[in-house]
Amino acid sequence: MSKLITLIIDDKQVEAKEGERLLWVALDNGIYIPHLCDLRMARRTVASCRLCFVEIEGLPNPVTSCTQTVSEGMVVRTRSPRVDRLLRTGFELLLSNHRLHCAKCAKNKRCELQKIAKERGLKLKLTRLRQLVKEAQIDESPGVFCYDSSKCVLCGRCIWADQEQVKVGAIGFIRRGIGRKVATFEDGLLADSICTQCEACVKICPVGAFYLKEDERKPYKIKKEC
Amino acid sequence: MDPSADEQELIRAAVGTVLQDLGIERASLIPILQGVQNRLGYLPSLAMRQVAEALQLPEVEVFGVGTFYNQFRLNPPGKHQIKVCMGTACHMMGGHIILESFERRLSILEGETTPDREYSLERVACVGCCALAPVVVVDDNVEARVSPIRVDGILLTFDIERQQEERQEKREEGREP
Ligand code: SF4
Ligand code: FES
Repeated sequence: MSKLITLIIDDKQVEAKEGERLLWVALDNGIYIPHLCDLRMARRTVASCRLCFVEIEGLPNPVTSCTQTVSEGMVVRTRSPRVDRLLRTGFELLLSNHRLHCAKCAKNKRCELQKIAKERGLKLKLTRLRQLVKEAQIDESPGVFCYDSSKCVLCGRCIWADQEQVKVGAIGFIRRGIGRKVATFEDGLLADSICTQCEACVKICPVGAFYLKEDERKPYKIKKEC
Repeated sequence: MDPSADEQELIRAAVGTVLQDLGIERASLIPILQGVQNRLGYLPSLAMRQVAEALQLPEVEVFGVGTFYNQFRLNPPGKHQIKVCMGTACHMMGGHIILESFERRLSILEGETTPDREYSLERVACVGCCALAPVVVVDDNVEARVSPIRVDGILLTFDIERQQEERQEKREEGREP
């Protein structure tokens, strides 16, 4: 049993269990911090998306809140010019490798990237970088869902779901650098792999990379809002 | 291209020996793959599956490691190994055009081997003679200032060599009985 401590996030006093990860303490208390790669249930924090930076009093540089554990008397700021700058750059880097076509995307309005953009006043557009992915690369082989690697932001959530949650082990990261992607053994179709089509990856994917086929046809409903 | 029964046997034996030497710890995955590649010259699909099973890892995890590191190759080395330099100087002098020429002529992509295992094609980063850019290393010979025409020339030489060998063999066979 860990003891309760108090800390201050954005002038708000909050209680938490000692040693909890700051990101989740903030989110539980209604304070938003952008994040993609960390999962509350995961044993290991990968800290690969680099979006969850915060400033902590006494520390010289911003830190990723998903790797930072809370302690008594900690004073946290979720916004500062430095934090905002790190987020802006990190976010644009992710967008540059994400095929943007929100209006027709199955995850439109439920996308984590859209949420981050809205919360932090960022544009879903590239201003300083070139778009890396241009064409859709869609695996439609599973029965009810698809996998479009051109939308994947490499957060690794689906791999956690596949390997740790449902313990199938059909997908993982392959290659590296610009060729890095989520794929099956030998980069084949999902239907030809050991994938059981349990849809755990679809539920956990924060963007439109894993999506239900039925959602793809829906977007016309929201037309009038645009 | 599926390996023949003989090859499968060879692969199984090689992986078996390596696993015996190095154990089946998750932490030894890279040394194990290195050992397998040392014995077989590459990491066949079957070997990766076998390693995954022994280490109780998802197959894709082993494939992920095999594709992450440059030192691992997933295709058998060809009889003739072609390495196209993509270092800065060669890149500036059109190394990618040379690579493309090879890809087109051999109908394989970089990192692959022709189905007859005559040629394998790779890209390398700087072989240390930038003044000769663009450079291609064919087997152990450095080819300097390569042009697409030279690509045809290199492959033609090998083709002729092979035809001669085949003719020679036929002649010998004819003499034997
Ligand atoms: S497919 Fe989705 S969940 Fe999986 S790594 Fe890509 S963005 Fe993350
Ligand atoms: S949530 Fe912290 S780096 Fe991704």
